[in-house]
Amino acid sequence: MASTIRVRATSSGETTEVQALIQHPMDSGFVKDVKGEIIPPHFIQQLTFEYDGKSVFVADWGPAVSKDPYVKFSFKGGKKGDDLKISWVDNKGATDTITAKIQ
Amino acid sequence: MTVNDNGFSATRRLILKGAVTVALIGLGDIPFSLAPAFAAANDKYPEDAFKAKSDADAIKSLYGKAAEASDKVKLDAPEIAENGGVVPISVSTSLADVTSISFLVSENPNALAASYKIPAGTLPSVANRLKMAKTGNVIVIVEAGGKLYSATKEVKVTVGGCGG
Repeated sequence: MASTIRVRATSSGETTEVQALIQHPMDSGFVKDVKGEIIPPHFIQQLTFEYDGKSVFVADWGPAVSKDPYVKFSFKGGKKGDDLKISWVDNKGATDTITAKIQ
Repeated sequence: MTVNDNGFSATRRLILKGAVTVALIGLGDIPFSLAPAFAAANDKYPEDAFKAKSDADAIKSLYGKAAEASDKVKLDAPEIAENGGVVPISVSTSLADVTSISFLVSENPNALAASYKIPAGTLPSVANRLKMAKTGNVIVIVEAGGKLYSATKEVKVTVGGCGG
């Protein structure tokens, strides 16, 4: 099955720039469907990026993060060909994990 | 954006910090104990802060103290957002020792939108996309060297992102 996580990690030598795009509805719990019923909240709560066994970036998200969330950050170090592990967990306990190669 | 300082919370924060420091010193001679202990204390999802209604309450719940406005925090957000469901917002700062960056949208039902932990070695710069219910302020809080700095920008929203 295709992963919900798309990530591009690019090393410039000194730093690694990471861009991630995740497929997730990020339902806020404030929106009604066509029948007028509230769509219950369903959103990613925590997204973690690990490099070399350490967290390099941890996102705590509420339902105000846009649908199919995007995030960009950079960290010092990271070599081409190294692994970057990305995982998320949502408010219903669902998770997904992917390991990407730094380019 | 000014937030009244709360003496009680500030004191409690200091006491908690003291306790953590003592705990860390106590574990100091076990190799690598510091990093996991710090991560464990830091990795908890701040449920209460995300449930807070106002930006002031969310900041208080998340950090236990108030922030001061700083021109070293560069907040980049559009003047006008045509679609409140997807507002690109980014922040960067020249401040040193940044440990976290948080985004708040004051007019949303719950002000806190996202909070990022910035471990040592990660650059204090984040870009993301947030929902905005209507025109209002976007506030970004940068925690650096144990102090809080903020920047605020008003974004005009043509179509809200929360009402569907």
